[in-house]
Amino acid sequence: MFKALKARLFQGYRTGKFPVQPPTLPDRFNGRPVLDASKCADCGACKAACPVDAVVAVGKDLAIDTGKCIFCGDCAAVCKQQAITFSPEYRLANMTRANLIAHSGEIYEPERPTDREFLRFCSKSLKIRQISAGGCAACELDFNVLGTLAWDMGRFGIQVVASPRHADCILVTGPVSKNMLLALKKGYEAAPHPVWVIACGTCAISGGIYQDSPEAMGGIEEILKPDLYVPGCPPHPTTLLEGMLRLMNRK
Amino acid sequence: MDLFYKLSNGTSAALSLIPVLEEQIFRSSVIETVNAGSRIESLFAMPEGENFRIFAILLNPKEHVLLITSMETAGTYQSLTPALPAAHLFEREMAEQYGIVPEGHPNLKAVRFHESYAGKAPWTNEKAPEIGMIDFITMRGEAAHEVAVGPIHAGVIEPGHFRFQCMGEDVYSLEISLGYQHRGIEKMMEGKVSPRTIRMAETAAGDSSIAEATACAAILEALDETVPSAKARRIRAIALELERIANHVGDLGALAGDVAFLPTASFCGRIRGEYLNMTAELCGNRFGRNLVVPGGVKFDLEPARAEKILKWIDRVYPELKNALDLMFDCPTVLDRFENTGAVRRELAKDLGLVGMAGRASGLLIDTRYDLPLNDDPRPKRISLKHCTGEVMARAHVRYREIVTSHEFIIRMLQEELQGEIRSEYNGKIPADKIAVSVVESWRGELCHAVITGTEGTFRRYKITDASFHNWTGLAMALRGEQISNFPICNKSFNLSYCGHDL
Repeated sequence: MFKALKARLFQGYRTGKFPVQPPTLPDRFNGRPVLDASKCADCGACKAACPVDAVVAVGKDLAIDTGKCIFCGDCAAVCKQQAITFSPEYRLANMTRANLIAHSGEIYEPERPTDREFLRFCSKSLKIRQISAGGCAACELDFNVLGTLAWDMGRFGIQVVASPRHADCILVTGPVSKNMLLALKKGYEAAPHPVWVIACGTCAISGGIYQDSPEAMGGIEEILKPDLYVPGCPPHPTTLLEGMLRLMNRK
Repeated sequence: MDLFYKLSNGTSAALSLIPVLEEQIFRSSVIETVNAGSRIESLFAMPEGENFRIFAILLNPKEHVLLITSMETAGTYQSLTPALPAAHLFEREMAEQYGIVPEGHPNLKAVRFHESYAGKAPWTNEKAPEIGMIDFITMRGEAAHEVAVGPIHAGVIEPGHFRFQCMGEDVYSLEISLGYQHRGIEKMMEGKVSPRTIRMAETAAGDSSIAEATACAAILEALDETVPSAKARRIRAIALELERIANHVGDLGALAGDVAFLPTASFCGRIRGEYLNMTAELCGNRFGRNLVVPGGVKFDLEPARAEKILKWIDRVYPELKNALDLMFDCPTVLDRFENTGAVRRELAKDLGLVGMAGRASGLLIDTRYDLPLNDDPRPKRISLKHCTGEVMARAHVRYREIVTSHEFIIRMLQEELQGEIRSEYNGKIPADKIAVSVVESWRGELCHAVITGTEGTFRRYKITDASFHNWTGLAMALRGEQISNFPICNKSFNLSYCGHDL
């Protein structure tokens, strides 16, 4: 008992300051890409270097789909004209799929919530059931992190519940493997409606690195309509938490 | 003709050099070599005209070398499993993938529930059995009952199905049926090699990204005859040990949580994040994604950055030790960990357990010493004192590895090293070669093996994650346990579903 108290004093109060203060991200963190089509020589080097076909257009329409991007930065590295750079913008989550596409010269502002029914039900408390549907488990691990004392998402009324029966929201990770299709559908149906959906990670949005898999769907859109898309491979905990807080209009 | 071709870790050879043995000779030489102290790294099939060629990759720890051999079969052969239980899941996998029937296999069932790649799986008339639909081992009797868990679990973890046969609280048998995370990585790796190749290999098991990427890079480098610089190899080694520490810390915290010892659970949850952030300091991603590239690493570890990480470790390491010592000093925790979920040495050897779990059962195995990859730097070997196979032993092995990995990282960060971080890599994939690499991930050894087709293409890519060897160990650990001990047994192994399902 005394040892535990002593250890508690030694360890101190360690919950992070986000969202009151901006997060501290590593200097090599890749956020939303910033594009300059006027510099683009239309050489296609970025398209060839991209492992996930996220460069959707080159030339004057230069655009990168952050719903497909794994943020490896290889496109920026091969671009001799420096038409592509990655900004430290971590607020990557959006409520509509189209806003995940970064265009040349855009002034990016993350979307504000418009779903009144959601705000009426969930702006103060969001109970989440997470369902893994394929993928590599990195998204699950970094979602789990939000439950630790470093992030303590319980402060905002966000909680993971053990059963879909108790959930307001289904958070899906992975490209939806064929073998999880039935379980995902059943899990979604088991939640009391209305129920909202978060697509967490590039795989859940577009299939990501597994987009051409014969054993998986290309993300959850084929089955469920997401209310929040959270890009990243995996999304940084700040990106996911910021997206959920914005969805709840908590900022 | 030799029975085996000897290959060093992370090198390639012409496919024509691999012996093709008669079935009986293949069988007896594989069994004898394993009984003499080698272990199975991988066992896989590849279509060869109308027939199939089965490859066996064994690791000889005394000679620090891989032993490779093969045989041809038209579709049936005598199962190795009755003589070598460690082969049982590999044989089920070959049956599922190519319809090759191992005659006399005691438990021939689906592994990942996908459509057969050639012919049809031996257990079904359908194209693929429905996921989870297997003939589970059951128990009859008035008080016997069955507990089914999953695929969706109560926590935030991957999907899998567990079927317990119980009498009251006591578990008599646990059967684990996976496949829910199957996304067809091996199949997608075949064909033309592209920028996606290594990034996909990296996601075979997300928590072992650095190990998986290093294994894939070693194969690409072997085929291209590129040698990464000493500096690049050191950065990889540091990242690999950071990955090991982060996962061990997270799991020790989760073990504390599972026995309701909340202080250590809370402290470790936060401290694990510190190590993930150190990895992100290296490469921008908390899981080390995009750090490893063929030819070296993408990001340099400048002296200022090394200094920053050193100071960071100086701050966090005492906090970590404080959190762990608190747990290992608490009688209520020790009571739950001790004598729980035992896998004894003989059983572990028979099942072919690898890595941390194998060491906890007293097996002196570690590919960082048994089969070093191009003289990569490595931490000190841990002592196997009191490694008798229980949850306690697995927890202790993790603690010891945390200590040696720290010593190693600190030593590596203190020595400055000059040189390039990325050697020139030309992307050469010569035709008809075999290349194999083995890396000690935090769970244990993982093996990537490739057979090239025409120039520039992979004909067969085989990934064997440490989890693939170890899942049966978890099932056996539960025998005779109370069902309430499942969470701590499970966490003490913390096996990868995606690494198994691929």
